[in-house]
Amino acid sequence: MDNLLSIVTFLPALAAIIMAVFLRGSDDAAQRNAKWLALIATSATFLISLFILGQFDASNTEFQMVEERDWLMGLQYKLGVDGISVLFVMLTTFMMPLVIAASWDVKHRVTEYMIAFLVLETLMLGVFMALDLVLFYLFFEAGLIPMFLIIGIWGGKDRIYASFKFFLYTFFGSVLMLVAMVAMFYDAQTTDIVSLLSHNFASDDFEILGIHVVGGLQTMLFLAFFASFAVKMPMWPVHTWLPEAHVQAPTAGSVVLAAILLKMGGYGFLRFSLPMFPVGSDVMANFVFTLSVVAIIYTSLVALVQDDMKKLIAYSSVAHMGYVTMGIFAANQQGVDGAIFQMISHGFISGALFLCVGVIYDRMHTREIDAYGGLVNRMPAYALIFMLFTMANVGLPGTSGFIGEFLVLMGIFQVNTWVAAGAATGVILSAAYGLWLYRRVVMGDLIKESLKTIKDMSTREKVIFAPLIAMTIWMGVYPAPILDRIGPSVEALLDNYDTAIADAGRLEAPATDVAEAKSH
Amino acid sequence: MISADLNLILPEILLSVYAMGALVGAVYTGKDNLAGTLVWTTSAVFVALAVWIASSGTGAQSGFGGLLVNDGFARFAKVVILGSAAAVLLMSEGYMQRRGLLRFEFPLLIALSAVGMMIMVSATNLMTLYMGLELQSLALYVVASLRRDSAKSTEAGMKYFVLGALSSGLLLYGASLIYGYTGTTAFDGIIAAAKHGEVGLGLLLGLVLLISGLAFKVSAVPFHMWTPDVYEGSPTPVTAFFATAPKVAAMAMFARVMFDAFGQAVSDWSQVVALLSLLSMFLGAIAAIGQRDIKRLMAYSSIAHMGYALMGLASGTELGVQAMLIYMAIYVTMNVGTFAFILSMERDGQPVTDIDSLGMYSTREPAKALAMLVLLFSLAGVPPLVGFFGKFYVLRAAYEGGLAWLAVAGVIASVIGAFYYLRIVFFMYFGEEKDEVLDKGKSPVLTGFLLVSAFLMVAGVVNLFGIEAPAAAAAASLLQ
Repeated sequence: MDNLLSIVTFLPALAAIIMAVFLRGSDDAAQRNAKWLALIATSATFLISLFILGQFDASNTEFQMVEERDWLMGLQYKLGVDGISVLFVMLTTFMMPLVIAASWDVKHRVTEYMIAFLVLETLMLGVFMALDLVLFYLFFEAGLIPMFLIIGIWGGKDRIYASFKFFLYTFFGSVLMLVAMVAMFYDAQTTDIVSLLSHNFASDDFEILGIHVVGGLQTMLFLAFFASFAVKMPMWPVHTWLPEAHVQAPTAGSVVLAAILLKMGGYGFLRFSLPMFPVGSDVMANFVFTLSVVAIIYTSLVALVQDDMKKLIAYSSVAHMGYVTMGIFAANQQGVDGAIFQMISHGFISGALFLCVGVIYDRMHTREIDAYGGLVNRMPAYALIFMLFTMANVGLPGTSGFIGEFLVLMGIFQVNTWVAAGAATGVILSAAYGLWLYRRVVMGDLIKESLKTIKDMSTREKVIFAPLIAMTIWMGVYPAPILDRIGPSVEALLDNYDTAIADAGRLEAPATDVAEAKSH
Repeated sequence: MISADLNLILPEILLSVYAMGALVGAVYTGKDNLAGTLVWTTSAVFVALAVWIASSGTGAQSGFGGLLVNDGFARFAKVVILGSAAAVLLMSEGYMQRRGLLRFEFPLLIALSAVGMMIMVSATNLMTLYMGLELQSLALYVVASLRRDSAKSTEAGMKYFVLGALSSGLLLYGASLIYGYTGTTAFDGIIAAAKHGEVGLGLLLGLVLLISGLAFKVSAVPFHMWTPDVYEGSPTPVTAFFATAPKVAAMAMFARVMFDAFGQAVSDWSQVVALLSLLSMFLGAIAAIGQRDIKRLMAYSSIAHMGYALMGLASGTELGVQAMLIYMAIYVTMNVGTFAFILSMERDGQPVTDIDSLGMYSTREPAKALAMLVLLFSLAGVPPLVGFFGKFYVLRAAYEGGLAWLAVAGVIASVIGAFYYLRIVFFMYFGEEKDEVLDKGKSPVLTGFLLVSAFLMVAGVVNLFGIEAPAAAAAASLLQ
């Protein structure tokens, strides 16, 4: 199978086309067909993607299963995976069948809903596999269209504001990256990511409009990419679209957003910023650390005072993504390994938490924390599952959340102890808002009249959670298989990074440069 | 000798003869009863000529003592012009028929303006350029006020005429200055006289006036004032025509004058064109936000799109010309689809142009709403739709031409512009259900154009239908 990656990428889109062309009407039969077709397509994609995992050779740090075809303008259609991307591909294919299953109760325009999610899956997979700059951008940006529609059509009451904010924020971030890509194309005369990874972009200082730019072109390119990935990530202070989008999106939309779409920013940093602009990354590292620490502490505090469950989890996501950016730019093995691990684990945990909210939202149609309390009395299974994922979110040892956070903290401690100290505070805060949320929703006496008839989780819901529980605990207890797959690629990446930094004579980067570069 | 010259403009001659013959024929026979037939035959003639020109030889032949040239650039522009004119004519038949506007002159005036456009894009002399331009413009002034009993339509025609005459005056004044300072109206004579660093003040003034006149024709800011009013006031099929073929012709002519006559003085005009581009992109993006009328909105949208096309031109490179040609071809395709949709917007048989009327359109006509959605995202330049590639080309050209600031400004404007395209999507998909809904589209022609255009926007991602190589050849022939 020479084109395994293409098959996996375009299978969901093919199902979406079949659905759009052949499924007419909105009666029960059509709705049922749409749901089953979507579930079968995403499950098949997952099963086929297991071949990718099977064929993947962890000790090989090159791109594998590469497909290459000529495209326009000297661009290429080129797909491939390495240790950094393969797990994101698996995360995507793993989550999608669960997402579809979690949307089983959608009643409104079901066919279109399923089409939007299937198209979105194709685009997300494309982002993680693309080995051409413009092809990457294509998948990266195109994901906005289905997501815009998902929030706008199936969202809550402020969905219109949220969908516009989501689209324009992320679109604005990305177009600057587009200009940077044009600049890279001109500089390197290729858009092939493999060639660009070994291309040295100029890092001599220069002046723009009288501002001295340390790191020159690399810093400029870094900033342009940063604008895009920081919004996608999202990093403080450009995170404000995320709580809006999460709160207004339907449950499945929130899950996709938290579990997969947020990982695109982190993936982008690892694929582009760190290896292609090492000097730029080095110059800006302290800036990124500052933003990350602020994000961890500030958004954790904000999460503490939310009275909407989804908003709380959304802010918690921003805080957890702070660890990811911090780990990436620590630029050492533990930090980057930890960042990738944290992204994968956060994919499962935050996805599960949004599903937990979805479970009770489907029953009570409110996400207000105050509307609940004492659920443990009538929903023991739910209480157990919710507790597991709350603990995982807090980073309790034995769950996957712990491994990621611990590795990141270890990595960052070697670089900057103050940043590590600040980030460690975030762990405490996350325990505070996580446990408090759990207490208010699940514990206590069941006083509220409306909750007295609430039913525990159905078999379908339990089945959806089962794989997530298994993954969270397995990754927490035995993380080696994951780290073994990430490790060699990260090591190769960091070798190149260190060489480039040494060549640029920035082995001991003075911190004062950062202030200057930031001022612009 | 003369037969070679005549051979060069055989398509133009045939089209003129057809238009005049049909005019005489229709006057003496069925008059307006023939109009429907004439629309179809005119479109057929356009398509036949487009195919002929596309398949005719390569290389450049100059004729009439250097008044005209038939090169790859002219052929590319002519094919796009004729193709889009044929499409718009076919789309307009039903609409005009139902409103009693379908006079036999309409298709023939379009044919005559097409002749003008074909001359514009092959002109290599200021005289031929002006003749082509005026032939095109005079025909368009008349079609703008085709609806004689409507004050708005008459106003549109009047405005277009007065401002068009003004711009022609500017252009002529510029041409006369250029003639005065170089002693010739032929482009090859001017290019010899106008070298960078040797462009005298008089010649520079002539150049600037010439650019002003051209900018009016492509409706670039600050010469755009007529566009929204004319777009709004003219009958919709005429608006569709204004937004497509004449824009291509004017843009191609712009490029030809800049490169063939002032190709040695790129830096003298590149900054002016860059400024026009910048202003057009931002004004087009910002002014459209407040529009409720979809025709006015499309007017501002076309101003913004001309800004992007000018960005390619401003780079002053071969890649820039190629980018501009590809951009225009994509722009025209998108606009044909969008106007097919606008033409089908009716309530109780009356045309509606209010975007509020699209509330929840997607639940009633999912296929057409989806096609329009694709076109709108393509107009906004969101990948993977073809509109994105147009933008990518011009951004690349601008960056490589040393205009990185313009590229950055362009993408920022595109974010602002995305808002109003999204708002139409918002009305169609998330808006409020209206009591007065639009009629179900009955015209298979319009639906066909809409769906095909949307399909092209998606399928073009594979290889842009091979348009890249002809555009590259056309650009090379202009800059040889």
